[in-house]
Amino acid sequence: MKKYPVSQLDSLFAAIAAKQRLYIPAGEAKTAAFQPWEEGMRLTAALNTVRSAKDLFFPQVENLVNFKVTGKQIEVIENRDPAEPFVVFGVRACDCRSFEILDKVFLCDPVDTYYETRRACGTVVTLACTEPEETCFCTAFGIDPTDPAGDVSCWISGEDLYLRANTEKGEALLGGLEMLEEGGEPVTDKTVFDRLPLQNLPLDKFGGEHMMELFRRAEWAGLAESCLGCGACTFVCPTCQCYDIKEFNTGDEIKRFRCWDSCMYSDFTLMSAGQPRPTQLERFRQRFMHKLVYYPSTHDGEFGCVGCGRCLQKCPISMNIVKVAKTLGEEKP
Amino acid sequence: MQERVKARAIELLESGVRVLGWKAGEFFYDVTPAVFTSREEIEKEFVFGPFCGANMSKYLIAESRKEGRVGVFLKPCDTYSFQQLQKEHRIWRENVYAVGVQCEGMCDIEAIRSAGIKGILGVDGDGSTLTVHTLYGDKTIARKDALAERCACCKSKKMLGCDELLGEQGEELDSARFDQVEKLEAMTPDERFAFWRKELSRCIRCNACRNVCPACSCEKCVFDNPNSGVENKAAANSFEENLFHIIRAFHVAGRCTDCGECSRVCPQHIPLHLLNRKFIKDINELYGGYQAGADMETRPPLTNFQMDDPEPSVVHERGSEQ
Repeated sequence: MKKYPVSQLDSLFAAIAAKQRLYIPAGEAKTAAFQPWEEGMRLTAALNTVRSAKDLFFPQVENLVNFKVTGKQIEVIENRDPAEPFVVFGVRACDCRSFEILDKVFLCDPVDTYYETRRACGTVVTLACTEPEETCFCTAFGIDPTDPAGDVSCWISGEDLYLRANTEKGEALLGGLEMLEEGGEPVTDKTVFDRLPLQNLPLDKFGGEHMMELFRRAEWAGLAESCLGCGACTFVCPTCQCYDIKEFNTGDEIKRFRCWDSCMYSDFTLMSAGQPRPTQLERFRQRFMHKLVYYPSTHDGEFGCVGCGRCLQKCPISMNIVKVAKTLGEEKP
Repeated sequence: MQERVKARAIELLESGVRVLGWKAGEFFYDVTPAVFTSREEIEKEFVFGPFCGANMSKYLIAESRKEGRVGVFLKPCDTYSFQQLQKEHRIWRENVYAVGVQCEGMCDIEAIRSAGIKGILGVDGDGSTLTVHTLYGDKTIARKDALAERCACCKSKKMLGCDELLGEQGEELDSARFDQVEKLEAMTPDERFAFWRKELSRCIRCNACRNVCPACSCEKCVFDNPNSGVENKAAANSFEENLFHIIRAFHVAGRCTDCGECSRVCPQHIPLHLLNRKFIKDINELYGGYQAGADMETRPPLTNFQMDDPEPSVVHERGSEQ
């Protein structure tokens, strides 16, 4: 375990940023975001950023390839972002777990090389939670917010930041920071986490086993009835992974890019035969079945939600995975 | 008021209408618009309180087309949207029983969070100070700081076009809602451009603003139509999001009642209502005072030609003085 005074975080950030690009969660609480660190930038007071840390590995828009047509010749131009090492500091335990969930999608065969490159380039430095929000429920998914994973785990305790390397990448990062001292152990107070109102989600019925029974439950209609069909939940979600690939004619060439898509949208997976989920009810059901049933059924029971609580805070009509899980998961009397 | 609204909801239900109202959530603030069809549901889950900000009017487009009648509770500002939608022939009025509900202004949980209060479990108090119960003990906040922006500068407490009212009929207010627009107008064009570029750069194109907007009631939005050529799920360059919002503001100009739902739902806290308010202020200045949704008769200035309408050159003249 290493240690460094919190009052001098600026120098620590400067030392990291001197070698590679550093992202930290910064900005006003209501618009906090992971941003490239620059002199004077401070950690946000918010527990979490509005958009999750997945953006750094799976950005909302990215270029794939360009096509240039000259006469009868089509030139295919590789157009991916340059691979540069970077560090992301201050990732919470929930977001860090989301990387494992995304890895299982993007790094299985056939490997998504765009995602793979960013994962290889990124060093994840997590920060343990001390002041959770009432909307937090990561513990329901077996995540310990006071002992986050990542290449390096950090704790803020008293006047000091404690750092522990968990991987070779993490060792390399900490090894290059000469200002760090050898330190003791941070003091962790877990009592507040026992008071979190949403920690006991009834998840037993979910997973692959009751798939069709859950799919056919009549309660979906009531849950979905006032859904606006916007993509706020999907775009702030750290585990939503659906994307579309589109082309854009710049006038000079064809730019093929991919962008996040939302299962809440009316043209999601639209195909020549039409829209497979014609109303908002089916689209709404798809989102929650994916997180709570389909994903675990193909990934050893692991859920596709990390309990970060972003969708609870951001849904315009306050409908969310907690309400869905409670409605469908609680045993009927 | 909660008890009066709830009692009336039960009476309406028992007279044979479905009831559109606010349903309690996990916390005191996360209420969801819902159609109630049983007395038990209303008794257990119906709420009307300081966090019922959601405007029910837009749901009536779909609900009024269903069989039978729907009863709905509308706050004063919601009634402007309700009336505007009728004016646009979007709501089937004969299938709606509208109850206006007096409103003292709605609180915004995000405003309380922005004041640095974390782990919020409850709010008490009806005076000028609210006590917020949290995971970290009780905190206090001035009620005015907990109010939604649109309520802090409420334009009218008047309830329009309802079948009955609960509480006192209110008046139009001398609101300070254009103050922020004036600040933007006082900027240089470069400053203003920088302001909007910065605000709009946070847009994630979730479409929450559009989907909640009562004035955005097209059956299929051009931006969702793959055949339109402009359909887009994300911007191909950083200016596209900006254009999306500007185009949307133009599209609702003269029809936007300034209900403020766009800014309430924006996950990125972009002050979208300021675009619409600028249009409203300009319309007031160029064509005389006009409030969308205030009545069923007057023609909206932008679709009504009059001989003394300003000439197109006014754009240039006003542009150069700002």
